[in-house]
Amino acid sequence: MISLSLVLLLIPLIFSVISGFLPGVSSRVSAMCGALLNLLVSIYIFTQFKTSSDYQFSFLSDWIPSIGAKFHIGIDGINLLLILLTNLLIPVIIFTVKTDETNRPGLFYALIMFMQAALLGVFLSLDVLLYYLFWELALIPIYIIILLWSGQGGYKTVVKFFIYTLAGSLFMFASILYVYLKAPGGNFSLDNFYNNHLSQPEQIWIFLGFFLAYAIKIPIIPFHTWQPDTYTQAPTPGTMLLSGIMLKMGTFSLLRWLLPIAPLAISTLNPYIMALCVGGVVYGSVIALMQKNLKTLLAYSSLAHVGLISAGVFALNADGFNGALLQMFNHGVIIVGLFFIVDIIHNKTNTYFISEMGGFRNNAPTMAFLFLIILLASVAMPLTNGFIGEFLLLNGIFQYNVAASIIGSSTVILGAAYMLKMYQRTMLGADYSYSKTITDLNFGEKVFLFPLIAIILVIGLFPSILLDPIKPSVENLLNIIKIVK
Amino acid sequence: MRSLFLLIPLLPLIGFIVNISWGKSLSKSLSGWIGKLTVLASFLLVLWGWNQVSSSDHSLLFTYFKWIETSKFTINFGFQIDNLTFLMMSIITGIGFLIHIYSAGYMEHDEGFHRFFAYLNLFIFFMLLLVMGSNLLITFIGWEGVGLCSYLLIGFWFKDHENNDAAKKAFIMNRIGDLGFLIGIFLCIFHYHTIEYIGLNDLAKTLPIGSAIVTWVTLALFVGATGKSAQIPLYTWLPDAMAGPTPVSALIHAATMVTAGIYLITRLNGLFLAAPMTMDIILSVGVCTALVAAIIATRQNDIKKVLAYSTVSQLGFMFAALGAGAFVTGMFHLTTHAFFKALLFLGSGSVIHAMGGEQDIRKMGGLKPYLKWTHLTFLIGTLAITGVPPLAGFFSKDEVLANVYSKSVWMFVFLAITSVLTAFYMFRLYFLTFYGKFRGTEEEKHHLHESPVSMTLPLIILALLSAFGGFLGMPELFHAPHIFNNLLGGIVNISESHASHVFELSLISGSIILLSIIIYLTYNYFISKSNVPGYREKGFWTRAISNKFYIDEAYDSLFVTPLLKFSKWFYRVIDRKITDGFINQLGLTALLSGQSFRKIQNGRTGFYIFAMVIGMILILCLNIYNR
Repeated sequence: MISLSLVLLLIPLIFSVISGFLPGVSSRVSAMCGALLNLLVSIYIFTQFKTSSDYQFSFLSDWIPSIGAKFHIGIDGINLLLILLTNLLIPVIIFTVKTDETNRPGLFYALIMFMQAALLGVFLSLDVLLYYLFWELALIPIYIIILLWSGQGGYKTVVKFFIYTLAGSLFMFASILYVYLKAPGGNFSLDNFYNNHLSQPEQIWIFLGFFLAYAIKIPIIPFHTWQPDTYTQAPTPGTMLLSGIMLKMGTFSLLRWLLPIAPLAISTLNPYIMALCVGGVVYGSVIALMQKNLKTLLAYSSLAHVGLISAGVFALNADGFNGALLQMFNHGVIIVGLFFIVDIIHNKTNTYFISEMGGFRNNAPTMAFLFLIILLASVAMPLTNGFIGEFLLLNGIFQYNVAASIIGSSTVILGAAYMLKMYQRTMLGADYSYSKTITDLNFGEKVFLFPLIAIILVIGLFPSILLDPIKPSVENLLNIIKIVK
Repeated sequence: MRSLFLLIPLLPLIGFIVNISWGKSLSKSLSGWIGKLTVLASFLLVLWGWNQVSSSDHSLLFTYFKWIETSKFTINFGFQIDNLTFLMMSIITGIGFLIHIYSAGYMEHDEGFHRFFAYLNLFIFFMLLLVMGSNLLITFIGWEGVGLCSYLLIGFWFKDHENNDAAKKAFIMNRIGDLGFLIGIFLCIFHYHTIEYIGLNDLAKTLPIGSAIVTWVTLALFVGATGKSAQIPLYTWLPDAMAGPTPVSALIHAATMVTAGIYLITRLNGLFLAAPMTMDIILSVGVCTALVAAIIATRQNDIKKVLAYSTVSQLGFMFAALGAGAFVTGMFHLTTHAFFKALLFLGSGSVIHAMGGEQDIRKMGGLKPYLKWTHLTFLIGTLAITGVPPLAGFFSKDEVLANVYSKSVWMFVFLAITSVLTAFYMFRLYFLTFYGKFRGTEEEKHHLHESPVSMTLPLIILALLSAFGGFLGMPELFHAPHIFNNLLGGIVNISESHASHVFELSLISGSIILLSIIIYLTYNYFISKSNVPGYREKGFWTRAISNKFYIDEAYDSLFVTPLLKFSKWFYRVIDRKITDGFINQLGLTALLSGQSFRKIQNGRTGFYIFAMVIGMILILCLNIYNR
C-alpha cells in the first residue's frame, strides 16, 4: 500500500500542475477539489492515527545516496495537528481568491497548491536535507504571489521579505552542514542529528544558526519588521498563507529540530530567548492598540500570539509543548477566520482603514456575530479553543518562570483592549460611510466560516480530541531533551 | 440526577441558541416565552433538586467529562452541588425569571427584542456555570462568560458609541480582575496541585496560617473579585454599565453577576481563613468602597447612577462581612440585597418607562399618584435598603455591622456612617422622584402612566421578598432560628464571635432612632423646603463629590492616555525607526558595498592579471609565515 504521507504531498502537486493549465473558473474548481481531497485524506489519517510517539504512515526511500540524504517522511504527534491545519485552511484560502478580478488565476491557484505541498513537506520531513529543501521551496510561491498580486509598493516589501527570510535560512543551512560533517552517522537522518555528540559551545553556535532562521520566520522580536508590511501588502490569500500556516513552520521547527538538535545550548540561551518571546507579547499588543489598518493590526496581534506560543516552547515542559502545538492549530484557525472577515469587508468597501468603517452590524448582523466569536477566541474567552491554548501556555510558562508568565498574560488585558476597540470601530455604531454598502454573508461565505466557528467551539469544549493524540510524542520529545542533558 | 443537574444550565443555553439563530423570524411573544420558560424550567428544577437533597449536609459532586489535562492533573468538567450552590442557583433563576417577565414588558417596542432575550438567557447559563462549577476553572468559564454577557448587554443599543464605550470599559476592567483570578489558578496548580474547591478547602486545614503562598493565592483571587464585584480600585465600570437597559442593571449589575466575587470567597472560605492578612485587606477594601461609594451616591442626579453607587456600596458591606470572617452573613446580605436592589432597579425602570426615557431626578417629582404600584414597591425597597425594621435589609445589615464591630471598632464606625449616608441618599432619591411638584415638561406629564402588569407583578413579588426576606436570618436576640446559619453551616465556617445582647439591642435601637432623624431631615430639606439639587455645584467638596472624586479622569490621565500615547510613540520610533531602520540599514550597507566592489570588476585583462599576481604573492607570503 502506498504511504498516506506521500499521498498528502502528491495530491497538491498534481493539482497544482492541473490548475496551472486550466483557465479561469475551472482552475478554481480543480484547486478546490484537490484541496478538499487532501483534507479528506488528512481527516482519515487523523482518525487512523494511533496514539503513540512512533512515526506513522511513513515513507522511506533513497534520495541522494552519495551524501546519505534520504526521502523520509512520516507523521507523529508533533506534526499531526499542523498537517490537519494546513489541509483545513487551504480550501478556505482558495475560496478567498477572486477569480474574476485576478490576472492569470490559474497561476495563482497553482502557486497555492504548490505552496501547500511545500508546507506539508516541511512538516512531514524526517530528513534534514529534505526538510531544508521544502523549507526553501515554500518561499518561492508566496514570493511570486505577493510580487504579482499585491497592491502599490508591494515590490519593495516582498524583496525585503524574501531576502530577510532567505538570509536567516542560510544561517540554518550553515548549522545543518556543520552538524552533518561532525555527527557520527554521516547522513542527514533525524536520528543522526538528534544524537550528534557535539560539545556545548558547538551546540550554542548551532542553536543560534537555527534560531535566527526560525526567529525571522515566526517572527520573534526584533526580527519581525518584515511582517507587518508583508501582511498589509500581500493579497489576502497570501496573508492567510503567511499568518495561518507559514509562520508555524518556524514554531514547529523549534520543537522538531532546534531543541532536540542543540539541547545543551538551552540552559545558557533560554533566559534571553524567553525574554524576547514574552517581550514580543507586550510589544505586539501595545503597538496593535493604535493601528489604523485592519491588516496591520492583525499582524501585530499575531506577533503577540506567536510570541506566547514560542514562550510556551521555551518553557520546556509538557504543558508548554502541548499548549504550543495546540495553539499553533488554534491560531491558524482564528487568524484565517479574522482575515476571512476582513477580506469580506474589503470586497465591499475597498478599504482596510478602520477610520472609514463603522456600523457594519446594522446591515450584516450575522457577519458581526461570527466575527465576534472568532475575535473572542482570539482573546481567549473560555469555551473557545483560544482559551485552552492560552491556558496551557501560560500555565507552562508559569512553571518555568512566574515573572515571564505574568508579563505574557498581559495579553489577557491588552488583547481585549485592541480587539474590542477594533470591533467597536468596525462593526458597531450608527451607519457610517460604507456601512450601507455592506451586505450580510452569502451562502458560500457561510459554508466556509461555519466550520471554522464549529472548530473554535468544539475544541474549546473538548480539547482532548486534539491533545490526546499528541501527548506521547511530546513526552518523548521531553525525554530526548532531558536524556542528552 | 446527574443529567438533571446538567439540564439546569443547559435549558437557558438552548433558549439562547434558539433565539439567536431563529429569533428574528419568530414573533416577539414567542421568542419572549422561549426565554422566560427555559429559565422558569431551570428554576423549578433547582427547587426540585434542592428538595431532593436538602437533608444531606455534604456536597454532591458530578463529573461529566475530562476538560483539560495538564501535566500534573486533569481538570474535569464537573459540578459541586450543595446548599450554597442551591442558594445561588435559586437566586439566579428565580430573580432571573422575574426579570425575564419584566423585560417582556420593558423591551416590548425594541427591535432587538429577541436578541435581548437571547443574551439574558446566555447570561443565566454562564452565571449558573459560575456557581455550579466544582473547580476554579469551571467557575472561570462562567466568570468570563458573564463578563461577556455584561459587555453585550451594556452595549445592547450598539448604535450609540457611548454605550459601546461603557461596555468596552466594563469588559476590560473585568479582564484586569480576571488576570488576577487566572494567576490565582496557576498558583494553585503549581503549589497545591488541585483547583477543586473541596480539595483546596481541605488542604487549607493543613496549611500553616498566613503562609506566603496562601496569602498570594487568596490575594490574586481577591483581585479577581474586586473586578467582578466592583470594589476599589476596579469599581468605576459599574456606574457606567448603567448605559444598558434597566432590566440588565437589575439582573446583572445588582442581583447576580456583581455578587460573584462574594460567592467565590465564600466558596473558598477555608482557604481565605488561612490567610489573615488577605482577610484584613478584604475588610478594609470593603469598608472603604462602601463609604466612598455612599458619599458619591449622595450627589448623583441620575436615578440609575444613584442605585449603581448604592450597589457598589452594598457590595462593600458584603466584603466587609467576609473580611470579618462572617461568610454566612455575607451570603445573607447578598440574598436580601438581591431582593431589594433588583426591586429598586426594576422600580426605577418603571419610572424611566413612564417618563419616556428621562433618568434625571431633578426633572421628576410628584410621581406618586401616577405610579401607584411602582411607588409603593419602591418605598418598600427604600425602607429595606436603609434598614428599617423589620424589612430584609435591617437584619442582614445589622448582622454585618455586629460582625465588623467584633473585628475592629474603627471599621464599624465607618460602616455605621455609611448606613446613615445610605438612608440619606435613598430617601433623597425617593422624595425627589415621588414627592413634591412634577418638574418635567408638559408632554412628559401627559405621557405619565403606570407600567403594564408584566412589569408591576415582578415588582410586587420582589417587594414581598424584600419585606419578609429578613426573617431568614434573625439575630439570636429574638430566639428565632437563623435559617441561613442552619443552611450554610455545614459548608461555610460560621463566625464564632457573637455580639452580646446588650450590644445588639443598642445597635438596633440606635439605628432606628438615627434612621428616623435622617428620614425626617431629608424630607424637611427636599420636600418641605422644596430644594432641588442645582446643575452647577458650588464649593470644592460638593463639586468633587458630584464629579465622583474625579476617579475616572484620574484613571484616564494616569493609565489610558499614556498607554495610547506610548503605543503611538512605540510604533513610530521603536518599531519603525529603530528596529526596522536597523534592518534596512543592513540591507542598504550590503547594497552599497556591492556597488563599491563592483568597480573592481572592470573587464580589463591587465588589471585582472595584476590582481592575480598580487594574490599569488600574498599566498606565498602566508605559507612562508605559517611555517
